[in-house]
Amino acid sequence: MSEKNIELIECPIVLNYNFSAGRAPTQFLRSMKQGKLVGQRSPLTGKVIVPPRGACPESGQPTTEEVPLPDTGTVITFTIVYLPIPTSALEPPFVVANLVLDGSDQTFIHLVSGCKNEDVQIGMRVKAVWKDKSEWDYSMDNIAYFAPTGEPNVDIVALKASRLEEARRYVKAQGEKK
Amino acid sequence: MREVAIVAYAQTPLVRDCGARNDVELVMDVVNAVKQQTGFTNKDLDFFCSGSCDYLGGSAFAFVNALDALGAVPPIAESHVEMDAAWALYEAWLKIQTGHANTALVYGFGKCSQGDLPDVLTLQLDPYYTQPLWPDTISLAALQARALLDAGRITEEDMARVVQKSRRNAMKKSNAQLKGEYSIEQLLAQPMLTSPLRRHDCPPVTDGASAVILATREVAEKLHKRNAYITGIDHRIEAHQLGSRDLLNSSSTKIAGEGAGVKKGKVDIAELHTPFSFQELMVKAALGLDDSTVINPSGGPLAGNIMMSAGLSNFGEVAMRIIKGEANRGVAHATSGACLQQNLVAVLEGK
Repeated sequence: MSEKNIELIECPIVLNYNFSAGRAPTQFLRSMKQGKLVGQRSPLTGKVIVPPRGACPESGQPTTEEVPLPDTGTVITFTIVYLPIPTSALEPPFVVANLVLDGSDQTFIHLVSGCKNEDVQIGMRVKAVWKDKSEWDYSMDNIAYFAPTGEPNVDIVALKASRLEEARRYVKAQGEKK
Repeated sequence: MREVAIVAYAQTPLVRDCGARNDVELVMDVVNAVKQQTGFTNKDLDFFCSGSCDYLGGSAFAFVNALDALGAVPPIAESHVEMDAAWALYEAWLKIQTGHANTALVYGFGKCSQGDLPDVLTLQLDPYYTQPLWPDTISLAALQARALLDAGRITEEDMARVVQKSRRNAMKKSNAQLKGEYSIEQLLAQPMLTSPLRRHDCPPVTDGASAVILATREVAEKLHKRNAYITGIDHRIEAHQLGSRDLLNSSSTKIAGEGAGVKKGKVDIAELHTPFSFQELMVKAALGLDDSTVINPSGGPLAGNIMMSAGLSNFGEVAMRIIKGEANRGVAHATSGACLQQNLVAVLEGK
């Protein structure tokens, strides 16, 4: 005679939170609602961070200066996803890319579409394809995906070098102002 | 043993709701403040350690996001404890003892306003027998208070006197959350919240962060003529099951206090992390402190209780009074878990 082991007990846990994104993310999401991408500049490094979290991760200093950015950028790296994602309506295979917006210094992840997956390349120039204005919310999802612009690919090593030079110029100019 | 001093301390305002500020934005203020106090940059800091709990704010990996506040480029040596940052301080102190660091920055933060704190804390209980009943922290503390009252260890007047002292001491602390002058009669006239606890017997929900910098004697002496050294530190834990604990006595505090050497000299001040009024009396008794010790000159957790940072703040409060010469020898205490389950005790001395 063997007793059956208890293998499962149910203990439902429900906790409600009133979540706040933070000062800098709130500013960013408000701009997204208007269809605008706005980064923040680190006062110490001169680098433009988008989306901002409030701090320059390199210096730990608050970023406060708002920097409006275009919705064009460059593919820094990418992957083709063949597995369905349970929480996503996207049909595999699709391209997830690490992008850098023009005039900014921190990459972020978004989708690349509007071309064959096989044609996506590092250095490819892309532009945001926005959802219909009626669907805009406080969300990165307002951009449906980034699509190729047809411009020639850029050398991402040279791009990074020119951005670093730009940041240095900014810091130097700020120093001279003081 | 290497001599380790607390050389800097900063704390955000103690507020019920810090509004739109996220964890990074809270931590950044105190981290930059202690760096400024010492003139240290990351090059001068050998180790970083933090204490926080993602359940409080309901945001996963908040402690990883908070690293943005440190400026971790180039990379830094860092660690985290899912406890009050007083335990992060203990880890940093050990790191210095091993010789792997001479300095350390320790910080803790909690944005408790985003959730229902007494319920959130229920998740720290045993998940099979206790947690499914959802006994919130206030109810558990009330059970402990009732047991103490019934045993004749304390009276409701004793509890009210702790609250009166806390509110009065907090009037001298500019960033305290709850302060003011109240008579015992006024306090006892308040209605019960969870009998025998009145609202003022419970800690307020507080958002905020605090940070300290630890340094060896060689480093500390370059910063202050007089420093606050940690001369003893110990922490102990009691059983998880409330039913197997003696709720009338804080036995873990007693052992930790003996281990830290509390009784080896006169204690001028003690900052006790006793979230509920009656617990101050329990911890005071467990440490063997008498009325010659000023207890919770900052107002203590009844005046503002940033979860995961309040215990660490006690180290900072005691150290700053020692550096200023207001005290020679003090005790910093931190607690974690239901009904004072875990307790950390340290002795700080001015040299």
